[in-house]
Amino acid sequence: MPMIVELSGVHKTYKTGSITFEALRGVSLEVQENEYIAITGPSGSGKSTLMNILGCLDIPTAGTYLLGGEDVSTMSEKELAVVRNKRIGFVFQQFNLLRSMTAQRNVELPLMYAGVHAKERHTLAREALERVGLGDRTHHRPGELSGGQQQRACIARALVTNPDIILADEPTGNLDSVSTHEVLRLLHELHDQGRTIILITHEHDVALESQRQVQIYDGLLTEGLPV
Amino acid sequence: MTFLETVRTAFTAVMGRKMRSALTMLGILIGIASVMLTIGLGQGAQQQITSQINKLGSNLIIVSSGANSGLTVANANSGTNNNRTRFTTPLTLNDAAALADKNTCPDILRVAPVSTTITTAYNGTASDTPSVVGTTPEWVDVTARTLTEGRFFTSDESNAGSMVAVIGPGTATTLFGSDAVVGQTMTLSGQSFTVIGVLNSVGTTLSGNGDEQIVIPAGTYAQRFSTSTNMNTVSTILMEAKDKDSLSAAIQEATTTMYVMHNVTAAAPDFSVSSQQALVETIGSLTTILTALLSGIAGISLLVGGIGVMNIMLVSVTERIREIGLRKALGARPSIIMLQFLVEASMLGLMGGALGIGLGIVAGRILSKAISYPVIISVEATSLALAVSLVIGIVAGVYPAWRAAKLAPIDALRNE
Repeated sequence: MPMIVELSGVHKTYKTGSITFEALRGVSLEVQENEYIAITGPSGSGKSTLMNILGCLDIPTAGTYLLGGEDVSTMSEKELAVVRNKRIGFVFQQFNLLRSMTAQRNVELPLMYAGVHAKERHTLAREALERVGLGDRTHHRPGELSGGQQQRACIARALVTNPDIILADEPTGNLDSVSTHEVLRLLHELHDQGRTIILITHEHDVALESQRQVQIYDGLLTEGLPV
Repeated sequence: MTFLETVRTAFTAVMGRKMRSALTMLGILIGIASVMLTIGLGQGAQQQITSQINKLGSNLIIVSSGANSGLTVANANSGTNNNRTRFTTPLTLNDAAALADKNTCPDILRVAPVSTTITTAYNGTASDTPSVVGTTPEWVDVTARTLTEGRFFTSDESNAGSMVAVIGPGTATTLFGSDAVVGQTMTLSGQSFTVIGVLNSVGTTLSGNGDEQIVIPAGTYAQRFSTSTNMNTVSTILMEAKDKDSLSAAIQEATTTMYVMHNVTAAAPDFSVSSQQALVETIGSLTTILTALLSGIAGISLLVGGIGVMNIMLVSVTERIREIGLRKALGARPSIIMLQFLVEASMLGLMGGALGIGLGIVAGRILSKAISYPVIISVEATSLALAVSLVIGIVAGVYPAWRAAKLAPIDALRNE
């Protein structure tokens, strides 16, 4: 299986005035195509920083990041925007759906930035919503959907561009147990259909849903779960 | 993302915060409406002036006695003039005759010497106190008047000193009510005059109330009303240039002729030559300056409105940091974010401007009725106002849009 994600010796240092903080201290990680991997770690461990770098929302201070064979560690914001649009599907803890738009329009958003024509966009968005079981909710606004439904709409939005990886950041953090179950089952199904999934969580049992677990602590990555 | 989609996104954002958008637009709205009204009033004034030129006869030239009276077109040197204390040769019928000479003044079409006084006219108990004008038959053409009833007096009547009069419509109504006027008699300074014609109504023009006038033959005036020892003396001489293009040539000819007639030089003239056209143009340019000044003051409210748009856009960017972050995470390039906020700001400006134009037109109509003065809102002014409001929106949006575009996606997403 070819590698989708290749992080090697990634450092991330934040400077706030005279204080320097090293959030990542040489992280290397390889993720294969169609792998389902969970990254765990307590807050302040560098988990969010790692997720930002994996999601091309930020670039490393040192080290390289190859995403689908392409070096994204030195790209400009403009180039990163294109990479995010094409290669990454985000699933957020807070869902981040735009309240003024219907589920359909929310799912269409990344396609709009990709320059897909309106007609094709409608079809693709509808298919994605049907895929996550929201075929009958396409014209509802986020306020009219339950938490679980909102998270499924968010997953539909992540799917719709057919990205290299789905990056789910605490996707069940705001959900009740029933909805958590639904979302985890959906991620499983997507994995079974050949998608690569990176799940970031601090919950043990959620992490155990994946094939492989890595943990981050004090800016360093180790295989397995914390004991 | 096409431009149309950006416009749609911006429209959704503007409509999503109706109250705030409406208040933001209000600033632009008031600014545009007041500028439109000011320009409308100014253009109304211009139109009034233009119609006055036509009423007066646009090619009218006036020679008056004494330098510097009225708008002097002759090269009177105002710095060295002390004409008030000096003896001034009065204008006479001889001057008028010289000006009517086609050899020396080829560009002057007609000449009408005019003497004026104010006397009360009686018809039984009815009385009116109009200006009494003694002149020649050329007067009616020179001043671009017409007659609604009867006829003007002839040269023969003028020379003979006939007791006939042509009266303005205002005077006719005051003296004779709704009766037929032609053929009636009236008493003027104890002397009986027969009314032979009624002039058209011109209202109040720059040269006085044209409706309250009694015009009598120059000869009659000289015999009965002249206070001067020289019966040939006249108050002013009115002339008509051949056409608009020959106006300045006619003024030059009149000035030169008058130098010869009065034996004076350009350094110390004892008369002045003015044209209604020049006077009207001066008033016109004054109106333009005044309009520009008032528009400038009204424009300050536009500036304030623009600052309002900028302020709200900055607040909007801060409030929507998460939205901006999300859009960036989903692949919106900085330029697209920039464009989105720019379009939103210009939409606020444009909508405010459009509503302001609407208000300006309505207020203009009402004001025009209320003060019975024309308020003209032209297509040019409307399109300019629309363009200005668009530009204000864009200018006000640049900085907030730039801020939005520069936001780092992680900072934007992290914001709770």
